[in-house]
Amino acid sequence: MNDGLYLIVSALLFTIGAVGVLVRRNVLIMFMCIELMLNAVNLTFVTFDHMMGGIDGQVSVFFVLVVAAAEVVVGLAIIVSIFRRRASADADQVSLLRW
Amino acid sequence: MTQQIVFAVAALSALVAGVSMVLARNAVHAALFLVGTQIALAVLFLLQGAFFIAALQVIIYAGAIMVLFIFVIMLLGVDREEVLSEPLPMQRVIAVGLGIILVGEALYLGMTKAFQKVAAAPVDAALPGEGNVEAVARALFTRWAFPFELTSVLLTVAIVAVMLLAKKRLD
Repeated sequence: MNDGLYLIVSALLFTIGAVGVLVRRNVLIMFMCIELMLNAVNLTFVTFDHMMGGIDGQVSVFFVLVVAAAEVVVGLAIIVSIFRRRASADADQVSLLRW
Repeated sequence: MTQQIVFAVAALSALVAGVSMVLARNAVHAALFLVGTQIALAVLFLLQGAFFIAALQVIIYAGAIMVLFIFVIMLLGVDREEVLSEPLPMQRVIAVGLGIILVGEALYLGMTKAFQKVAAAPVDAALPGEGNVEAVARALFTRWAFPFELTSVLLTVAIVAVMLLAKKRLD
């Protein structure tokens, strides 16, 4: 099985996530696109592990998962507090960095 | 042969679900497409023998994190169709152009075998007769024990931060 194909899938998924962050205005969907980019990086980690016959990449994926969980919780709390103030999930509405 | 078929199906469904997520008008649909991508990625992890990571992917990502997303979508009541028009002119064109450049760079790096120059022998490999979960656990609790303990600090900080962010003003 060619490992390069996994890397291609990973590169495409990362690009889809990056374009999604740039194109969408709904903050929730932008956040989901960031999750997609993290997932693509996880696939790269596991693929390199498979290529080199090691285990460290999988440990790195474990840490990425933990950080992603913490990041999602904090990010969603920020989105909820923005929504309480503005009643909108549109990223263009929060262009001013003030209350 | 079976592996190639499973790989093709999983990779295609991951990519199709990813594109559908970006194009979805409804936030709930986007979340469900993201779950689809993550399950397809778990299949790819299984194909590469990373059984522990595949299980974590399904339990934590497709399970816990996405439930949190759906919960917030329902809490905020943004589960309705949104207008996809773009107020900033040219933003979409530039974004897609930058995306094409990004994927070109990534594929170039992957195709030119730039990574093989730095491929040293792995520090931790699975011992003979050791399963994937045992190998990950041994690496995690020996060489990576200190970072593993630090993640507990990270989670505590995140919990405290969320409580401060989400509480209503007392005054």
